[in-house]
Amino acid sequence: MKLDSAARYRSSHEFARKEGNLYVVGISDHAQAALGDIVYVELPEVGKTFAQGDAFGVIESVKAASDLYMPMGGKVAAVNEGLGGDPALVNRDCYGEGWLVKIEAASAAEFNGLMDAATYEKEADKE
Amino acid sequence: MAPFAGYDMPISYPTGAVEEHNICRRSVGLFDIDHMGQLIVSGPDADAFVSHTVSGAVLDMKDWDARYSLLLDEQGLVRDDLFVYRLPSVAAGEGRWWIVVNASNLEADFAWFKARAGEWKGKVKVEDVSAETYMIAVQGPRAIELLDLMADREVSAFPRFTSGEIVIEGTKVLFGRTGYTGEDGGELFFPAEKAVAVWEAFIKAGEKHGIETKAIGLAARDSLRFEAGMPLHGHEISPAINALEAGFKWACDFSKPDFIGKKALEAIAAAGLPRKLVGIEITGGVPREGYEVLSPTGAKIGVCVAGMFCPTTKKYAANAFVTPEFAKVGTEVAVMAHGKPKAGLVVKRPLYLPAYRR
Repeated sequence: MKLDSAARYRSSHEFARKEGNLYVVGISDHAQAALGDIVYVELPEVGKTFAQGDAFGVIESVKAASDLYMPMGGKVAAVNEGLGGDPALVNRDCYGEGWLVKIEAASAAEFNGLMDAATYEKEADKE
Repeated sequence: MAPFAGYDMPISYPTGAVEEHNICRRSVGLFDIDHMGQLIVSGPDADAFVSHTVSGAVLDMKDWDARYSLLLDEQGLVRDDLFVYRLPSVAAGEGRWWIVVNASNLEADFAWFKARAGEWKGKVKVEDVSAETYMIAVQGPRAIELLDLMADREVSAFPRFTSGEIVIEGTKVLFGRTGYTGEDGGELFFPAEKAVAVWEAFIKAGEKHGIETKAIGLAARDSLRFEAGMPLHGHEISPAINALEAGFKWACDFSKPDFIGKKALEAIAAAGLPRKLVGIEITGGVPREGYEVLSPTGAKIGVCVAGMFCPTTKKYAANAFVTPEFAKVGTEVAVMAHGKPKAGLVVKRPLYLPAYRR
């Protein structure tokens, strides 16, 4: 599985990565591979606030629909509009162009409490 | 891999389901469908027996013709759908039929055919030849071109819905110009021990002749058949669904003196259908099996039996049974997805017009 060493991960396979004042949220390479071809992504409106662990959207693959959970709490500052026309961006580049939302974090402590790449890799390998 | 009717089947190959779908629409898809069952019906009364036991017209079929039909019960409910091939007789005055059934129904279908044949006083014989028969499908706009390069006969000379014997890779094959994708191509039946040799011959011939040829898994098989308007047992047809509400009047020959389920279907038609199968396109999500269909005012009017993203039409669509007043093309409906109603429109089926109907 591909990992982004700068990102931190939640056990439900979302990641967060600091970019300037914001955190970029997406799903891991392990998650996109397990889901298979992604055909639809439902994202929240900009400005909406979520707590850590809240469902903030739905990602749909050829196989199934799955809820997306916030790896850390915060306010949605941007959503990836590119996924509307090309949801397979998540398959092709989950840590880059296939990002889901950017958030203004409520607390940086939540980010530090997530798994680092090496720990997440071990967790994901157990599945 | 996933269990399917007792077989380990690839949901998708490493190619990925959507790309597999697209390959079959643009070039050639190979389908490992040995799970399908094959029966041979023969004997002095085989013609009359098959005509009585399946829904469609068969007596007008010439040798080697292949035709879609349903296997109904006395209530007109769909036990299975079938492809029926008329083979040349091997004993004077005896009909011979090759019947292709769904994997999950093979045992029940074989038992049903055998029990029915018992009523024909030894003049009908039913054999299950599934174990010794391998089945693959070769489908796509370049499938016939590839087959022509590989077979000892011109496969392109076979009209749609006919069959014949060809030799591929030194193996005698029963070839039907049939399929389940909406593309041209065929389905091949041959001795099971030749499975790997024949399969690899297609992959190699594709490479040699520069014809893109790839293995296609179950997920793409489902999206291909779905777009082309073909039913999948357990979804658009099942023992809880009658032939008429599923839109299969065309596969029932009511001019036959009798067939199993005919009387029930006539009564159902006279009483009026309480629900009909429709296609629905939605925006804002993927409709899936089991999702409720609502009227614009929020009343429950039906349920989706299949639904997905359609890679060719690029739409999110479902097949659903709805009350007849909402069955007209252009009717606005909604589909409940993850607790939210998504706007939908009843659309014409099939979503993708099969190549041989264009």
